[in-house]
Amino acid sequence: MLRISNISHVYGERVSLKNVALEVEPGEIVCLLGPSGCGKTTLLRIIAGLEATPEGRIMFAGADIGDTPVHQRQFGLMFQDFALFPHMNAADNIAYGLRRRGFPQRSIAREVESLLERVGLAGLGDRDISSLSGGQQQRVALARSLAPKPRLLMLDEPLGSLDAKLRDQLALELRQIIKDEGLSAIYVTHDHREAYAVADKIAIMNIGRVEQVDTPRGLYRRPKSAFVAEFLGMFNIFDVEGSRFAGLICSEALPHKANTKMILIHPAGIRIGQATASRSLRYDAVLTSAVFRGDYFDVGVKLQDETALRFSNPTLPAQIGEAVSIAIALDAVIALES
Amino acid sequence: MTRGIRRAASLLYLIPLVFLGIFFLYPLLALFDLSLRPDGILDLSAFIRLFSSDYYIGVLIFTVYQALVSTVATIALALPCAFVFARFRFPGKSLLLSLATLPFVLPTVVVALAFAVVLGDAGLLNDLLRALFSLDYSPIQLERTLTLIIIVHVFYNFAIALRIMTSYWSSIGFAAEEAARTLGANELSLWRDIRLPLIRPALLSAAVLIFIFCFTSFGVVLILGGIRFATLEVEIYYQAVSIFNLPLAAALSLVQILSMLFMLVIYTNTQRRLQVSLASGAAIARRPRTLGQRSAVFACVLLIGALLFTPLLALLWRSLFLTGQLDLSGYLGLSQRSRASLLFITPLEAVFNSLRYALLSMTIALALGLIASHMINRRGPWSRLSDPLFMLPLATSAVTLGFGFIIALDEPPLNLRSSWLIIPISHTLVALPFVIRSVLPSLRAIPPTIGEAARVLGATPYVKLWTIDAPLVSRGIVVGATFAFTVSMGEFGASLFVAQRESVTIPVVIYRLIGDPGLASYRQALAMSVILMLVCAGGFLIIERLRVAGIAEF
Repeated sequence: MLRISNISHVYGERVSLKNVALEVEPGEIVCLLGPSGCGKTTLLRIIAGLEATPEGRIMFAGADIGDTPVHQRQFGLMFQDFALFPHMNAADNIAYGLRRRGFPQRSIAREVESLLERVGLAGLGDRDISSLSGGQQQRVALARSLAPKPRLLMLDEPLGSLDAKLRDQLALELRQIIKDEGLSAIYVTHDHREAYAVADKIAIMNIGRVEQVDTPRGLYRRPKSAFVAEFLGMFNIFDVEGSRFAGLICSEALPHKANTKMILIHPAGIRIGQATASRSLRYDAVLTSAVFRGDYFDVGVKLQDETALRFSNPTLPAQIGEAVSIAIALDAVIALES
Repeated sequence: MTRGIRRAASLLYLIPLVFLGIFFLYPLLALFDLSLRPDGILDLSAFIRLFSSDYYIGVLIFTVYQALVSTVATIALALPCAFVFARFRFPGKSLLLSLATLPFVLPTVVVALAFAVVLGDAGLLNDLLRALFSLDYSPIQLERTLTLIIIVHVFYNFAIALRIMTSYWSSIGFAAEEAARTLGANELSLWRDIRLPLIRPALLSAAVLIFIFCFTSFGVVLILGGIRFATLEVEIYYQAVSIFNLPLAAALSLVQILSMLFMLVIYTNTQRRLQVSLASGAAIARRPRTLGQRSAVFACVLLIGALLFTPLLALLWRSLFLTGQLDLSGYLGLSQRSRASLLFITPLEAVFNSLRYALLSMTIALALGLIASHMINRRGPWSRLSDPLFMLPLATSAVTLGFGFIIALDEPPLNLRSSWLIIPISHTLVALPFVIRSVLPSLRAIPPTIGEAARVLGATPYVKLWTIDAPLVSRGIVVGATFAFTVSMGEFGASLFVAQRESVTIPVVIYRLIGDPGLASYRQALAMSVILMLVCAGGFLIIERLRVAGIAEF
């Protein structure tokens, strides 16, 4: 449906996007995930038409839309700061796009009512924007971008300005509403948990490039590079040549990948105590840190050769400073591109 | 299509620039030219005369001296009040703070007359004292004294000092003061070691601004000073209009402009130091508890109330009861010229003149101001250049502007000397910075994403302008328009230069009427002043109700 290829963009002196390619299939939610300044918002603005297409092609439904002005693209964009019109009430905000498309007044009113209901704001249509809470404003912004039935919905950190508790709940609701409407969507965020919850497919970006595109599970299981692994909150990344431990476990686990330079020991494959995977290695270690997280503990251990590992463990079988035995599953050793 | 629109917009940008070029920069250059080359060749004799004559040196010294004394007096009165306003919460505080800015829109002629009504030899205060103590002479002799001029300057500038220092004090808070108190500081050492050093940046900034205003004081000194006192401004007027020594007047103008530029540089520097994080002042203010605190609040309220309302109410009273009983002949006679008057039109005709010019200036200033604000609001080199450029008329005194007009615009192709158009044009120049400073904050308050949201939702650039930008800026536009109208109604210095016999405005007529002998003219002057005062106060109410934060920059 949406195919962008070879998009490069220079912002002043700085290259903000470099040869970016991305595809969004009908009915699919694609997350652009990356740290701030990685170019994800710029990419979104280029797709929306708010920034001129500098280099590369943007195809939508088979047509090149690079020169189509913003207001003719029929895309929806939900802004990070919501960008609600402060001089209109909730209903008029939602109706704005419908009016621009020239729908008759009566059907606009009906559509606005139904949208207010769908986003859980029934009866609040005549409220001033300033009298709504952050969560309610977010819903108005969503309803406004959904109203004209956009061919593609884009959301720029739509939950960014809300507090954490509200975020978890709204991320799920957001996905449900987008799926109910049957929309294709691009969702920008810097929070990998939010991306896992919302996306069908995640494109993880770093300094103007797309590093990896995969399903949330695929990304979690097989991060391609050290950047991706670190950005997803993983530790235990080792330079194969710089660490004896890493060299040994690499040759054991990845014998056919002789030229591997970096490896990740995936946190899901490390445990204190007995091994659960069929092929695993045992190490003697000392417990160096433990942080209680409720359902589990974040623990740090030190192997005999001083290698430090961090992972989460369901229990805390020892005190800090005591000796523990850990098991590393061989399939948790993942080769990273450097 | 978009490119075409952009090109058209750039052409539109030229309009205010061209206006500024023709009606501001060109007259200014003509002034420079006249002062440096009166007969077409470089001739500095006017300057040599200026700086070798005791008289002109005296004028310069007096200008600086009266400004200095006025500034010190204003700050001395406003400092304790600012402390009380920042520190304490009391009913009517914000109303009082906002009312205190009323003098800002009041024309100098009106205020000068109002103070003469209260403190003059035949003024209300002398009447009262004579009646109370059965005196047969006037105990208060302030007419044509420096004291009276300074009192009026305090009236004008008190609110500036109060607002700048109060908001700064609220923003820095009182934590340091409370810490010092726990360390054993008493009230005296609190002022000496904590409060004064902390408030210093705001105090300096306010002082420089007030000094600038008093340095360029024209109407007040002209009316209240008589021939004894002349500031640079008044001297320019005398030289140009009474003695017709144009090169010398031009040389004085040049001195004036250069001093203004110099002081503005200082002001900008003091301003920069004021940029602190603005905490909410409301949380810091608390109720006055002790008797001392309560009396301090009471004294402040009393002082501001008396300073603000006494002259204005006295003016109203005098216009109605000049001879002791209700006498409306001043108002009723406005359609006639009094026999002694040197005026060529009736006062009522002058009222219509003023209204006509004010509406026209408002329209032009608004149109130019909107375009200029839009230009300044676009980021880029245009903005950085044009912002200070459009503020320049504010830094040039009205007298200099008027003088520049009559020497520059008196020959083809631009012979406006005898046209009434020259008045609204000069008013537009004075009003333009006010319009821009009113519109720009509301324009800047619109986040760019709001316009983008409208575009994504299908709005063309025009539709976006009408459905989003226009409604959001409307308050700023109304405030700017009101400012322009009020400024034009009260403008005195430039009008005095450029107005012709038939095109005189209310302030000019009041000035002429004061100079006329006879009670009839005086009655008319009082009535006209009250009318003008009410118009300006009405404008002030609109401005105060609608304005967006950010105009307090003046």
